[in-house]
Amino acid sequence: MSDGVPGPAVLGAPLVPTDDGPPDATATPPATAPRRRRRRLRLWLPLGVIAAYLVAGVIGPLIARYDPIATSVTDRLLPPGSRMSDGGLALLGTDQVGRDLLPQIMQGARISLLVGAATLLLAGTVGAAIGILCGYLGGVVDATVMRLADIQLAFPSILLAVFVAGVLGSSVTNVVLTLSITTWPIFARVARAQTMATRSRDFANAARTLGAGPWHVVRHCVLPAVASPLLVIATVQLGFVIVAEASLSFLSLGIPAGTPSWGTTIANGRDYLASAWWIATLPGLVLAVFVVCVGVLGDELRDRSDPNLSTR
Amino acid sequence: MLRYALRRLAISVLVLFGAATVVFFAMRAVSGDPATAVLGPDADQSAVEALRREYGLDASLPVQYVQFLRRAVTLDFGESFRLHDAATNLVLTHLSATAALALTAFAIALVLGFALGTLAATRPNGVVDRVVSVLSMLTQSLPTFWVGIMLILVFSRFLHLLPSSGAASPAAMVMPAVTLALPLLSVVLRLVRSGLLDVLHEDYVVTARAKGLSETRVVGWHAMRNMLIPVVTVAGLEFGSLLGGAVIVETVFAWPGVGRLMTDAIAARDYSVVQACVITVAVIFIVINLLVDLLYVRLDPRVRESV
Repeated sequence: MSDGVPGPAVLGAPLVPTDDGPPDATATPPATAPRRRRRRLRLWLPLGVIAAYLVAGVIGPLIARYDPIATSVTDRLLPPGSRMSDGGLALLGTDQVGRDLLPQIMQGARISLLVGAATLLLAGTVGAAIGILCGYLGGVVDATVMRLADIQLAFPSILLAVFVAGVLGSSVTNVVLTLSITTWPIFARVARAQTMATRSRDFANAARTLGAGPWHVVRHCVLPAVASPLLVIATVQLGFVIVAEASLSFLSLGIPAGTPSWGTTIANGRDYLASAWWIATLPGLVLAVFVVCVGVLGDELRDRSDPNLSTR
Repeated sequence: MLRYALRRLAISVLVLFGAATVVFFAMRAVSGDPATAVLGPDADQSAVEALRREYGLDASLPVQYVQFLRRAVTLDFGESFRLHDAATNLVLTHLSATAALALTAFAIALVLGFALGTLAATRPNGVVDRVVSVLSMLTQSLPTFWVGIMLILVFSRFLHLLPSSGAASPAAMVMPAVTLALPLLSVVLRLVRSGLLDVLHEDYVVTARAKGLSETRVVGWHAMRNMLIPVVTVAGLEFGSLLGGAVIVETVFAWPGVGRLMTDAIAARDYSVVQACVITVAVIFIVINLLVDLLYVRLDPRVRESV
């Protein structure tokens, strides 16, 4: 969560290029077989894990129902692998009021993925639109908006998120709003840079000479060039968004208490560390694996698409 | 140089003004009535009115805004509804705890970052390099609050080595400072590593080696000196995100700092304290940015000439 560097290096977490990755096309010797295998692994392994989370988040809660108000005194704080009083197996243990932890974590996956997708969609669309507009028009609009974006990016984003979330109050929609407000400048920046680079390329000029209006140029010349870096940035940001959601929920500023999210479950578990380590540990582990996978995937996509993107 | 400094200063003041305005209106636009928040939903209407009058909440919004600005200039943000003390006082008393925490974390990140980064760079793709690179990826992506809780679990609950919360003893500082330092550590470490790797192929390093200088002296003196500036610059700018991380770390470890004061105040709709906190953090942040910028210009002759 290293965010808040002004200047050119403001891509949040990935502001330092990962140097363990294979160097870029200019200097790479022909890739050797093990290296190619490793690169393939770095793409498909995280994709596989993320797909598994998607399945667990979408289908999991349908199979193992989570009842937010059910309590069972006899099943309180059972360690992982215990039998519950109704005969079911609590694979990951139970929480402080006797609810099975596994369905709770799957429900949490659903919320996290939902918030992540909605935020990226909202912030990505709005940010890209603003960025393309600024990059295409230039001038005063561009200078003003991007200056504002710079100022906002200069502030620690988690602090901003805490403030906005606190003002808006806790609900799923508000978390999405909060995180969109915090992340839109990153998308705007990338979209703007890419627009400025393509705006005056030969094919765009040719289209213009043939009588194409700005809308046509943006749709057919600029958008295709903007899309792929935006997708890369979105992947990189997904990790930040999901950690930020969990952090807000942990501070009880995010997802309301009735809906289990990884953050709230971890916050509950904090009070029972001495007697039930698994309540705080396991959802955090699930979250950590997810974030690491998204991080690896984002780095790999970035290296593949454009080695320079990380420093832009 | 002076013109540049003055311009940057003017921008900083503008940004600060903007931040104050945003905070003022954001707090009032969406959140509930503080008087009701203090007295509870069943409070007597006349009592609510009296409280609103006492805190100047009955005036129109523009009037409140002007009053707020005029008093903010003199560092007066009003009284806390909740803690019955001047907001400025509250922030100042909590600030030292946050400063101690953030500075310790900063020092940890710099020292460890330089050490590990140098180790990794001297043998690229070696065992140390690989371990360090995995470590840095983990420290960067793991959620801070969970790392903190895991440290408590291991070092307080299982090993009984360190206190899990509060600020009573120096030992209580260890876990929060380390937790806070981790994300920054990974940034510093990567910068040092890539910076050194870039520099190690430069001609003057080759010359230094050719002169027969020891490797320690080549890396530690000739190479290090040239990547010190960018690393320290980025680290300085990252100090702001340390303050951001402090909000979470302070909550996890019940550390009596500004971050915790702020989250509590936000939850209780304690306007004056939230305003004081946000503006204090903004001031610190802007001042650090300004200093780092100016220092950078001062230190690097190439930048100095272009300004």
